[in-house]
Amino acid sequence: MNYYESKDLGKFADVGKFRKELMDKFFDYYNTVVGTDGALTKREKSLIALAVAHSKQCPYCIDAYTTACLENGSNPDEMTEAVHVAAAMDAGIDLVHGVQMLNQFDKLGV
Amino acid sequence: MANLTENKISTNGYSSTKEKSDNEYDFDEHVKKINVSPISVETLQVNITKLCNQACLHCHVDSSPKRTEHMDLKTIDKCLEVLGSDDRIKNLDITGGAPELHQHFQYMVKEARKMNKHVMVRHNLTVTHDPHPLTGASNLYLPEFFAENEVELVSSMPYYQEYFTDKQRGRGVFAKSIESLKMLNEQGYGKGNKKLILDLVYNPVGAFLPASQCDLKSRFKKELLDKYNITFDNLFVITNMPIHRFKEDLIRRNDYEDYMEKLVNAFNPLAVEGIMCRSMVSVSYDGKIYDCDFNQMLEMQIKKETEKTIFDFDYNELLERKILFGSHCFGCTAGAGSSCGGETV
Repeated sequence: MNYYESKDLGKFADVGKFRKELMDKFFDYYNTVVGTDGALTKREKSLIALAVAHSKQCPYCIDAYTTACLENGSNPDEMTEAVHVAAAMDAGIDLVHGVQMLNQFDKLGV
Repeated sequence: MANLTENKISTNGYSSTKEKSDNEYDFDEHVKKINVSPISVETLQVNITKLCNQACLHCHVDSSPKRTEHMDLKTIDKCLEVLGSDDRIKNLDITGGAPELHQHFQYMVKEARKMNKHVMVRHNLTVTHDPHPLTGASNLYLPEFFAENEVELVSSMPYYQEYFTDKQRGRGVFAKSIESLKMLNEQGYGKGNKKLILDLVYNPVGAFLPASQCDLKSRFKKELLDKYNITFDNLFVITNMPIHRFKEDLIRRNDYEDYMEKLVNAFNPLAVEGIMCRSMVSVSYDGKIYDCDFNQMLEMQIKKETEKTIFDFDYNELLERKILFGSHCFGCTAGAGSSCGGETV
C-alpha cells in the first residue's frame, strides 16, 4: 500500500461526493482551461501542465501529462526541456530568497 | 469536458483507470445502431509478402527478414484480372512486408498501371538502401521506378526526429529514411504533383493515441523542410492496432487492458462512417480475402457459405457481406479515427 496509487486518479471525481456543485465548477473551469485550444494550443498547455506537475511533484499529474503531451504531438526533447524549466524556476525561487538572507545579514550587522 | 456521471474526466491529461470487463470491448455492441455495411470495393489491397528488411515494434503483420510467405504468380494474375474486371475498383494498394522485395512486384505495378488503375505502394523508405534480405540485390532503382509508373507512395515515418523513429523501426532507420525522401523529392515526389504523391504515415511510438493529423502535418512539414529541405504531400495519422507484435508488447508490459480501455473510452461514432473496411477488401499472400489488413492478420476471413478467396471474387456479393468486427476495431474508431488513409473524420 502506497499513499499514491495510480488507479486512484480514476477516483478523482469522487471528491465531488460531497458538495458536488463545487467539483462541477472546478471540472468545468479545468476542462475549459486545459482541454481546449485557445491563445495557447492544447499541446503548449500540456507542456506547461507537465512542468507544473513536476514542480508540484504530483505523481498523478506527471503520469497524466506525460501521456497528454505525447498525445498532443510533443516529443521527449520538448518534454524534458519543460521539466528543466520547472527545475530552473524552482532553483531560482530558492536562490532569490538568498536576498532575504542578505537583508537579515545587514540587519544583524553580519 | 468532464463527465461526472461516468466517474471519469475524459479530457486532456486525466482519464479513468476503472477496470472494465472483456465484454465492454465488444465492438459490435458499440456499432449496433450505426450503419457499418459495405459501400464499395473501391480499393483492392493486396499483401504480397510478409518478408521485410525491418522488424518494427508495432508491426501488425509480424514482418521481418525471416518471413518467407509470398504470393505466387497465379494469384497475382488473378488479383490483376479482378482489378481490371470492374471500373468500380479504382485503386490497387500493394502492401507487405516490404512489397518491393517480391520478385513479381514490378510486374504487378506495371500491369496495373497499363489498366490505368491508381497504384499505391506501402513503401517503408529503408528498403531502397537495404540489400534484399534473401538475394542481396540492390533496390536503389526504386525511386525512379516509382516515378516512371506514377505510383502513390505511402511511407512510414513515425516522427520527424531520429529518437522516436529509430525506437519504433530500428537503429539507423531515420537516417536512411531521410536519404530516401531526398531521392524521392529529386524524382518530383512530394511537390504537389498529383501524379507523384508522397504520403507519410505517423503512428505513436508507444501505447498512446495519435495527435491531431492537421497539427502534426504542420510540424512535420516545417521540421523536415527546415532541417532537411524535404517536402511531402500528406500525413496520415494511424492508431497502433492492439494485435500481434504490438499487443504482445502491451501484454509484456502489463499495459494491454489500459490501452484497450483508452481506445474504448475514445470511441467516436463519427469516426465509424469512414472506416476503411466499408470501401475495400484485403487479399492475403495465399489469395484469401478479408475486410481489412488487420482482419487478415487475425485470420478473420470473409465468409458466405464458404470462406472466400480472390478466385471467388464477386463484387456485388461482397457488397452484401457483413463486415467482421473484433475488439481491435476500436483502434479504427478512437478519437478522430484511423485508417490506411489516416483520420476518418
